[in-house]
Amino acid sequence: MNMLAVKGLSKSFGGVRAVERVNFSVAAGELLAMIGPNGAGKTTCFNLINGQLRPDAGEIYFEDRKIQGLPPRERCRLGLGRTFQVAATFGSMTASENVAVARLSRERKLGSLFTSFRGSSGKETRALLAQVGMESQADRPCAELAYGDLKRIEFALALAARPRLLLMDEPTAGMASAERGELMRLVADIARRENIAVLFTEHDMDVVFRHADRVIVLADGELIAQGTPAEVRADAQVRRVYLGEEAAHA
Amino acid sequence: MSSSSVLIQFLNGLAGASSLFMVAAGLSLIFGVTRVVNFAHGSLYMLGMYLAVWLAERVGFWAAVPLAAVAVGVIGALAEISVLRRIYKAPELLQLLATFALLLLIKDFALWAWGPEDMLGPRAPGFTGAVEIAGGAFPQYDLLLIILGPVVLGFLYLVLKKTRWGILVRAATEDREMAGALGVNQRWLFTGVFALGALLAGLGGALQIPREPASLNIDLSVISDAFVVVVIGGLGSIPGAFLAALLIAEAKAFCIGLGYSQATLVIEFVIMAAVLVVRPWGLLGRMPVLARPGTAEPPFARPSLRLRWTLAIVAAALALLPVVSGGYTLVLLTDMLIFALFAASLHFIMGPGGMYSFGHAAYFGLGAYAAGMLVLREKFPMELALALAPFAAGFAALVFGWFCVRLSGVYSAMLTLAFAQIAWSAVFQWDALTGGSNGMVGVWPAPWLSSKPAYYFLTLLVCASGIIFLWRMIYSPFGHALRAARDSPLRAEASGIDVRATQWEAFAIAGLAAGVAGALYAFSKGSISPEALGIQRSVDGLVMVMLGGIQTLSGPVWGAALFTWLQDAAARNVDYWRAATGIVILALVLVLPRGVGSLLQARQ
Ligand SMILES: Nc1ncnc2c1ncn2[C@@H]1O[C@H](COP(=O)(O)OP(=O)(O)OP(=O)(O)O)[C@@H](O)[C@H]1O
Ligand SMILES: [Mg+2]
Repeated sequence: MNMLAVKGLSKSFGGVRAVERVNFSVAAGELLAMIGPNGAGKTTCFNLINGQLRPDAGEIYFEDRKIQGLPPRERCRLGLGRTFQVAATFGSMTASENVAVARLSRERKLGSLFTSFRGSSGKETRALLAQVGMESQADRPCAELAYGDLKRIEFALALAARPRLLLMDEPTAGMASAERGELMRLVADIARRENIAVLFTEHDMDVVFRHADRVIVLADGELIAQGTPAEVRADAQVRRVYLGEEAAHA
Repeated sequence: MSSSSVLIQFLNGLAGASSLFMVAAGLSLIFGVTRVVNFAHGSLYMLGMYLAVWLAERVGFWAAVPLAAVAVGVIGALAEISVLRRIYKAPELLQLLATFALLLLIKDFALWAWGPEDMLGPRAPGFTGAVEIAGGAFPQYDLLLIILGPVVLGFLYLVLKKTRWGILVRAATEDREMAGALGVNQRWLFTGVFALGALLAGLGGALQIPREPASLNIDLSVISDAFVVVVIGGLGSIPGAFLAALLIAEAKAFCIGLGYSQATLVIEFVIMAAVLVVRPWGLLGRMPVLARPGTAEPPFARPSLRLRWTLAIVAAALALLPVVSGGYTLVLLTDMLIFALFAASLHFIMGPGGMYSFGHAAYFGLGAYAAGMLVLREKFPMELALALAPFAAGFAALVFGWFCVRLSGVYSAMLTLAFAQIAWSAVFQWDALTGGSNGMVGVWPAPWLSSKPAYYFLTLLVCASGIIFLWRMIYSPFGHALRAARDSPLRAEASGIDVRATQWEAFAIAGLAAGVAGALYAFSKGSISPEALGIQRSVDGLVMVMLGGIQTLSGPVWGAALFTWLQDAAARNVDYWRAATGIVILALVLVLPRGVGSLLQARQ
């Protein structure tokens, strides 16, 4: 079943066509990589799917339900989780408090005014932190953590909402290359085990080709190719606009 | 209305729009380049009025107007060089506070130079008559004003589009880094823009003197109107300011023309609400660049054992005090407790909430007035009035807050001030209900509470409980949601938190708590005056919070105690209390931005 389907999605900023009639879908348990050069429109795509931006045209279906017009928080409650390109966490809280906030939000218990905030030491919070390898840092304020660790915390935050679709914008940016592979393996494991669909962007082609089930390629807002990693790697146009460029820079 | 009176009202509106546009355009221009919202802009307008009246007696009206405008421009440049230049990189809140301090200094300067009485200006020679339009008489001078508005708009357009300086200003408005790369001497560009903006405000004021006397209250009414105009038109857009000034002035003129002058306050609201719903960044505004990232504050430490003990001991000492001390100390302590609750409520939205409020006294004052009205007009028992009055404040916070949480940062700060000013004018004008400028007298507590110690105990009990409730909320799940919304609105929203609703609720809670403080205050003094919700009280609250440190839990409470004591000691000796407060704020902003509390922390 399709977890997410996007049809004719378009968005422009002033004169810039950031996303132009894009179609694709992601199945449950599938890891779909979205690649493309800087400014290709990947983050804009995520913002459209997540509800942070309103598309100029096109439709977005989540489990065959049209979700246009819903604000991000309601998409989250339907099971659409996301992480940001620049890790976004709650800087004034500890790692475990961050995760606990996301968890209580899912349980709709954040409105309570006079009870104590418990749950940062709860079993589930610990388990989530352990899952992303951050158990030992649970009580450290987020403001003190290394950037790579923030990315992990944010991953745990997204998981705390028990999503069925995860949008991950450059989940491994700012990590050393060994750490990157490890994190993506973790993402893949969790996704397969819990049948979560994952759409992610990534500039590290090794990571993409090793972990993605399928790859879609965006250039100047348009989808120029899609297929298995092998197919995409062999695609002449992709080589020209993207991989060739990479090779030239390397 | 006949068609000719429609035309006259329309022209009245146009005449009113001109000065409003000049102030708002100056405000927008300054913001566009420096990213500072100048709270003292209405004060510059007021200075323009006073200077023009003063100069007109010496050099005549037509020389006085340009001279006053230029003088205000020079004063603006001096203010930029001496204060603002130092804080362009400081957090928004400190910038707002610094311009707020300028507002206070200018007000007391005008008081010192020209005294408390209104000053009537001369009529404009050559424009003293009226012309007949559609069967009605219309002042010639107003026609001149109608023409001057578009002339200034055209002039600004030419300066910005055609001169090298204008191109640099626009470059800096669009992209500061790029302007830097162009080799712009940013320092003088900023000073120049500030001077031009100030000059526009001064001109707007000077041109107004044939229509209106110069008075010390003009600054706030003008700045709040200008804020409303700028929010409607879009901050940073000069044509937007023009359009919005027209819209507001026309709406007001028609309300007055139809005989509903009280409705002028409401109409501003309605227009603003309509615009904000459809275009959150104003008619011609653009979405503001999001606040600088990485400003997340360190966590409020959970109250340490030491703090808990200190508070327990202080509370016990306060409870035992009436045994040993006399009436005067009790009165002072009652004030301190009331303002501690007021400061804690303001801190609740500013600290964990991350929202700026420059008009928190509105809720304090509305609580006080509601208490007074319930007792005096509805003959409610005092206990019941005390219990119900805060809900009036909470309700107002709910209404005003709806707008404030739709905007962020400086926009929201501007609205809080505008709303406080609107609440103040409503109370001031609504003689029949509020006693107008005289206020209300005879708001006394019930007999069993009328002795000083009894009322002191009541205050201690209510304020301490209020503060404890607020503090508990900071550490409740709701408090965490509130901080999440402050730390990273996008992340919070993506995690299923309704950021606006959370902030709205916090705003209402803070309003309610301030209302409790206000109601207690009313009964402690026995009388209420419009000062209870005046801007000075809002400033006091800000200073208390700043003094204690925003990012501490108990700081604001100590800040309130210290400030109340200082004010009590100094108010009898210092004539220019506002200016003194202004200087304290500037000192805090420039020297000790994290509050007195930070000194203690640094030592640990
Ligand atoms: N809020 C915005 N306003 C104006 N233009 C925007 C906005 N967001 C994105 N753009 C433009 O849209 C285009 C696509 O940007 P986007 O951030 O989606 O690219 P990306 O593929 O995520 O790039 P990167 O790999 O660098 O993250 C760019 O040209 C960008 O400048
Ligand atoms: Mg991106």
